[in-house]
Amino acid sequence: MTVTIPAGFADVTASDDTLRRFLHGLPGVDQVGVEARAATLATRSIKTTAKAFALDLAIRMVDLTTLEGQDTPGKVRALCAKGRRPDATDPSCPSVAAICVYGDLVPAAVEALAGSNIHIAAVATAFPSGRAPLDVKLADTKAAVAAGADEIDMVIDRGAFLAGRYLDVYEEIVATKQATGDAHLKVILETGELATYDNVRRASWLAMLAGGDFIKTSTGKVSPAATLPVTLVMLEAARDFRSQMGRQVGVKAAGGIRVAKDAVRYLVVVNEVAGDDWLSPDWFRFGASSLLNDLLMQRRKLATGNYAGPDYFTLD
Amino acid sequence: MSDGNGRLAVRKTYKLYIGGAFPRSESGRSYEVRSADGERFLANAALASRKDARDAVVAARKAFPGWSSATAYNRGQVLYRVAEMLEGRRSQFVHEVGAGEGLKRREAEAAVDAAVDRWVWYAGWSDKVHQVQGSSNPVAGPYFDFSVPEPTGVVALIAPHASSLLGLVSVVAPAIVTGNTAVVVASEAAPLPAITLAEVLATSDLPGGVVNLLTGRPAEIAPWLASHMDVNAIDLTGIGDAGLATELETAAAENLKRVVRPPTDAGDREPDWSTDPGVDRLRAFLETKTVWHPVGI
Amino acid sequence: MPTFDYAPAPESRSIVDIQPSYGLYVGGEMVDPIDGTRFKTVNPATEEVLSEVVAAGPQDVDRAIAAARAAYDRAWSRLSGRDRGKYLYRLARLVQERSRELAVLESIDNGKPIRESRDVDVPLVAAHFFYYAGWADKLDYAGFGPDPRPLGVAAQVIPWNFPLLMLAWKIAPALACGNTVVLKPAETTPLTALAFADICQQADLPPGVVNVITGAGVTGRTLVEHPGIDKVAFTGSTEVGRQIARSVAGTRKKVTLELGGKAANVVFDDAPLDQAVEGIVNGIFFNQGHVCCAGSRLLVQESVADELLAGLKRRLTTLRLGDPLDKNTDIGAINSAEQLDKIRMLSEVGETEGAERWSPPCELPERGFWFPPTVFTGVSQSHRIAREEIFGPVLSVLTFRTPGEAVDKANNTPYGLSAGVWTEKGSRILWMAQKLRAGVVWANTFNRFDPTSPFGGYKESGYGREGGRHGLGAYLDV
Repeated sequence: MTVTIPAGFADVTASDDTLRRFLHGLPGVDQVGVEARAATLATRSIKTTAKAFALDLAIRMVDLTTLEGQDTPGKVRALCAKGRRPDATDPSCPSVAAICVYGDLVPAAVEALAGSNIHIAAVATAFPSGRAPLDVKLADTKAAVAAGADEIDMVIDRGAFLAGRYLDVYEEIVATKQATGDAHLKVILETGELATYDNVRRASWLAMLAGGDFIKTSTGKVSPAATLPVTLVMLEAARDFRSQMGRQVGVKAAGGIRVAKDAVRYLVVVNEVAGDDWLSPDWFRFGASSLLNDLLMQRRKLATGNYAGPDYFTLD
Repeated sequence: MSDGNGRLAVRKTYKLYIGGAFPRSESGRSYEVRSADGERFLANAALASRKDARDAVVAARKAFPGWSSATAYNRGQVLYRVAEMLEGRRSQFVHEVGAGEGLKRREAEAAVDAAVDRWVWYAGWSDKVHQVQGSSNPVAGPYFDFSVPEPTGVVALIAPHASSLLGLVSVVAPAIVTGNTAVVVASEAAPLPAITLAEVLATSDLPGGVVNLLTGRPAEIAPWLASHMDVNAIDLTGIGDAGLATELETAAAENLKRVVRPPTDAGDREPDWSTDPGVDRLRAFLETKTVWHPVGI
Repeated sequence: MPTFDYAPAPESRSIVDIQPSYGLYVGGEMVDPIDGTRFKTVNPATEEVLSEVVAAGPQDVDRAIAAARAAYDRAWSRLSGRDRGKYLYRLARLVQERSRELAVLESIDNGKPIRESRDVDVPLVAAHFFYYAGWADKLDYAGFGPDPRPLGVAAQVIPWNFPLLMLAWKIAPALACGNTVVLKPAETTPLTALAFADICQQADLPPGVVNVITGAGVTGRTLVEHPGIDKVAFTGSTEVGRQIARSVAGTRKKVTLELGGKAANVVFDDAPLDQAVEGIVNGIFFNQGHVCCAGSRLLVQESVADELLAGLKRRLTTLRLGDPLDKNTDIGAINSAEQLDKIRMLSEVGETEGAERWSPPCELPERGFWFPPTVFTGVSQSHRIAREEIFGPVLSVLTFRTPGEAVDKANNTPYGLSAGVWTEKGSRILWMAQKLRAGVVWANTFNRFDPTSPFGGYKESGYGREGGRHGLGAYLDV
């Protein structure tokens, strides 16, 4: 699938200079202001029916993730089983959106998820650093797709971005999108390394112009990973991109979201910044692992009225 | 404390206070602390070594970014809480100050009350120093020009040798209220109120490492602090010996520490800590940063 | 029905204990009025009657001032600054300890959302008392010369928009400097001032140092025109401020006034737009627009006006209007029927004058006083809604082309309380700040308050400053 840039914007990607002037011409982000807005949104009190709705939606938005050097097919199988049936004692609990693994473990996931609607996301392009020649990164991508991944989470070249070589970053994303074929492409910005909110806005636009289906905050391997203000900026970018370009792009917050309370706060931000259209697993995801059990514990507490304990939920 | 009513007291152990914790000296040494008249054994206090001093500086440095970037309001709240805790421990301090300095009960009470009030006085400065020491400057050009006071960094404080609480508080509070962190060497002869003060600090939301307290021999410890390249300032108030004070000031020159000299009329006598301290001790550990920015459309 | 529907999240009322009737706080005690009458105070969100309070009569005012004078002569002026400070620290701590109760009470009596009273009003109240507690024993260093003396007895009249916070702004510096006070809270919002009287008792404040007399305009007038006071501090409308200024003419009374405003919020084409939208919303819809320094005029650079307005309108659709005690409410009730009438009247004028009116879809509760956030575009300087203070959630939008034009329009008003500037360019912020004739300039932010930061107006927005070192000047004989 190729991406058509609306007429008048094609010149933007003609060179590093034109791309720089475009990206630097986007409105700036005041750090204090955006952090204050995120903090105010975090004071929303989500109770009873609203909480129940949010918890179930959050579960359905989870990309249940394992990205460790020590991953094995056995580990992946267990994770897939958990993803299909997160709460062993409660069949009413929804399944997750996707399982996220390294590319070489995709076959194990395909087997374990046969018959389910759960997506298989593979990280690719020399995740997490992205430091490898382009042909290696593309081969990484193609292999994952061939093995059965229907979503690819790529990383942008942060070195090139910070050095101002925006066109290189752009072209790599375009090439990766071509290599993914029909699979969805999530573009990881690694916001912790981009450092400023202005950079996050620019990188978001860059990734969307290049054809990304989702923009994603982090690899989870660098701190800080996802934060409420960073995700807020990305949601604003996605909202503005759609209204100016006519194409909707999803947002994924990954890394550092460990408790249900935080996940609910993210949903409040999605709701009030981007709106209803992003409030579904098709357009917003959580990249997480331990978050799932906390969501389940809060869900159980709503149902029974008692605070839950970790012994009553499976590790995987 | 007292075994007076026939009940055997649970005696307190006096340790160092470094990085928010209460370790013994790494050297394992201690020394005897006796009442001012020498008659009674009060306690064994830790005899701090150069390595304890080194660790204290590390802790103070680690605590500096957080403490100096806390809001002035927050620092004021923390210090006010310290005053509340001091007030709560009044009778313990009265006992320790009286025994250590050889004061009658009434004198000890006056000293402790003055110390608590002194601490409150300094707590109220945290969000006012900038208004009194800062300025915007009317330069002759289209620039907005302003000067702000900022804390120096890690400050070594040799506490007064006689006034074991009021004098101690009078050197510690002004250093930390503006955001500096401190390594304090307590009075050698009367260190116990200093350790009890450390216990108060530990229960007052003061982050660990903002104040670190060493007991022992200033003559042994101070040279290591005076020559330490990661200490930004040193207060020599507690050094009674003029020769030693000169040596320390010379050593401090190596990294151009800001130096507060001992009071000139001290010798063995100490300044009258009960008088209005003024703002000199606040200013001593402040840098001034001046910023220029053009004014134009 | 939205996809993500926030369920009700009500703050419990059980923490407040509103008495059916209150007296006056005079000489350290709650006393019955001598010649005052009684009137009811209502909850503006529900119109329920909350309590009955006194409209103090002339003899009540006499008694209160006498109590303040006695306390000044016999007790307060003899205390050291250190001891005055200790009392103020006690008050600050008590406010912190009772913060939830005070926040709930404020929302019930005033109509403002609990989130605001809990997160903004009450914390600032405590902070003001803490800040001024610390000055009480440092007046020699405040830049007013050695040993500055207090004025004596201060009469303080405060408005209904930030009842407890305005009380703190008045009482804290007055007491720190050694004065005693007689304070009259606004007619429609007496309850947190009466709770504060209880706090004074819990602090063992010497009797008569603080006196609270409730009442309406007549009581206020009797108070400020009384010959037995040394100082008048007033926050309220410019119209009443004028009356007060006239009434003190020829007397020895010192006066400070904090009056109305019609602040310009200036947005340049290089502003951080999303934060500018937040700043605009905060500027005029925070506290239902009942803010003297509200950014009630948006001056947007023409080249970016459409984009900004689209973003603003979109943002307004997420504002939640309703029960002030619901923790998710952004916009609470209008404080009184009278104020609601005024807002409605001026909004109709706006339409008549030809401006275009817009509000987000908004369900207004059946009972209570409510007005939806409203934006008028196509406004020009000559429209009444660009000149008169509406004191409600109504924004007037004007455009400009150049920085010079922005500043001229911003200054083109008899008011001069505050202004906002939105641009990423530092030199332009400073240039605008230099040129704007306003006592408070907010750059890339709005409606920020701090006890250390002086607040007050130019021109008809009043004179004198509250907050900071400068705020001491109002209460010292200098």
